[in-house]
Amino acid sequence: MNSPITIRVQKVKKNRIRERLFIFLILVVILLLVSFFADKIVPYAPYAQNLSLSRQPPSAAHWMGTDQYGRDVFSRVIVGAQASVFSTLILVGVISVFGTAAGTLCGYFGGRTDSVVMRVSDVCLAFPGLVFALAIAALLGGGISNAVIALAVISWPKYARVARGQTLALKNSDFIAAARLAGDTSAQMILRHILPNILGPILVTAMLDIGTMMMELAGLSFLGLGAQPPMAEWGNMMSGGRSMLQTYPWLVLSPGVAIFLTVVTFNLLGDTVRDYLDPKNAGSQ
Amino acid sequence: MEPVLKVTDLSKSFSRAGKNEFFAVDHVSFAVMPGEILGIVGESGSGKSTIAKLITRQIDATAGKIEIDGQDITWLNGRQMIPVYAKIQMVFQSPKGSFDPRRTLGDGICESLRNQGVPKAEREAMARSLLEQCGLPGDFLERYPHQVSGGQCQRAAIARALMCDPKILIFDEATSALDVTVQKQIMELLQMLQQKNHLSYLFICHNLALVQQFCDNVIVLYDGKIVEQGRPDEVILHPKSEYAKRLVEAVF
Repeated sequence: MNSPITIRVQKVKKNRIRERLFIFLILVVILLLVSFFADKIVPYAPYAQNLSLSRQPPSAAHWMGTDQYGRDVFSRVIVGAQASVFSTLILVGVISVFGTAAGTLCGYFGGRTDSVVMRVSDVCLAFPGLVFALAIAALLGGGISNAVIALAVISWPKYARVARGQTLALKNSDFIAAARLAGDTSAQMILRHILPNILGPILVTAMLDIGTMMMELAGLSFLGLGAQPPMAEWGNMMSGGRSMLQTYPWLVLSPGVAIFLTVVTFNLLGDTVRDYLDPKNAGSQ
Repeated sequence: MEPVLKVTDLSKSFSRAGKNEFFAVDHVSFAVMPGEILGIVGESGSGKSTIAKLITRQIDATAGKIEIDGQDITWLNGRQMIPVYAKIQMVFQSPKGSFDPRRTLGDGICESLRNQGVPKAEREAMARSLLEQCGLPGDFLERYPHQVSGGQCQRAAIARALMCDPKILIFDEATSALDVTVQKQIMELLQMLQQKNHLSYLFICHNLALVQQFCDNVIVLYDGKIVEQGRPDEVILHPKSEYAKRLVEAVF
């Protein structure tokens, strides 16, 4: 079917994607390890104040300087990774599982429940996400867990949409009919045949969503609706240093660069996973 | 003798906004006896595949009655249909589309027995022997659909349909996606299996020559209605209805 040259090109392409995937996975694993062991690897206690050392510029002792209370910014950025990365992962995990479940059930069974759930998701999608999350977060009060809840409430419809569309496309295929003739119950059908076949697009959506969600969580914290001071969290730290941007720029730049690098890493990983799962790049397996 | 499959006044209509109801299947009645091969021919859109879907309850009938082995299944729900599917099986038109791309052929073939609670070793042994009967080596059980050819996949689909020892098999254009030589091999296989297991076939097809060779009786469908039925030689060589005449002329 394919000429040897096409197959060769596909193989090279696939190998390149695999290399990229490997590199970004390593970066993400490093990031996760850093956030997991943040407490153990920080050079200074992130919450210890030392007013005699306040607002020190970056130096060999304090790589990212110190803030107005003399806390080491580098230590706070590392500890902040914990809050940002883990709450984002929890958030994306929850919404992807819940959204996929809702979308798959709606697509599979259809009917009135489907219409109701999909109209609710339309409503959620019609609002500008962060504004709606702001309203919910303001209702619930500050705190990082409330920010996660607020973002979860508005972000699940994306997954429900993807899962529903994929389920509908699959539902009329012959192999589903064949499975029904084999005596599958609905639960067996969804677990054995539908979910495994729609997992790829869901995974890609989730990977690409990690960056967005991290930004939005940091955004809520920056606005004072997520993590509360003195907690070390990137958005929160940027907010704290905002008034000193011109005089002590490292207070804003350090957590800002941390957010930037983390989001870029996760986005690149998401892109690579998408390329990896793309059947057009599958080559001859 | 009781018919294995009996369809009485079966209709399926689709309502269209602002227009009259459209009958895809219009008061169709026929019966299939044990060991009989009944062919259904007709052009695209004449309702052949809709009949197959109605009988296997993938879609609900508008009116009429479907009996399998004397049991009325027209309005059974999903759970009640599960035991019925042990008696009636279907082979689909697209060989590859009828197997889950993420599962092996063996998984697909064994699924019906797995759902019936047959132990793994037993059902795999059975699948192996059925695959061999269908002319495929037993280790095809571990292959994925994209690793085999269309003809091989269709053989596996036939093995899958035979796993739960059904009484009647429906072939919905099961050979039209295959090239002529493979088609011939599959037809020979079907003939052999039919004689060996005393199966009944409902053979939906638009290839008149195939029907003439293979079927005991034939129904000509046009616009959802039966326009002619009888022995294939009579229907094809001496068609009475206007449409059957045109259909035969178009082919020969």
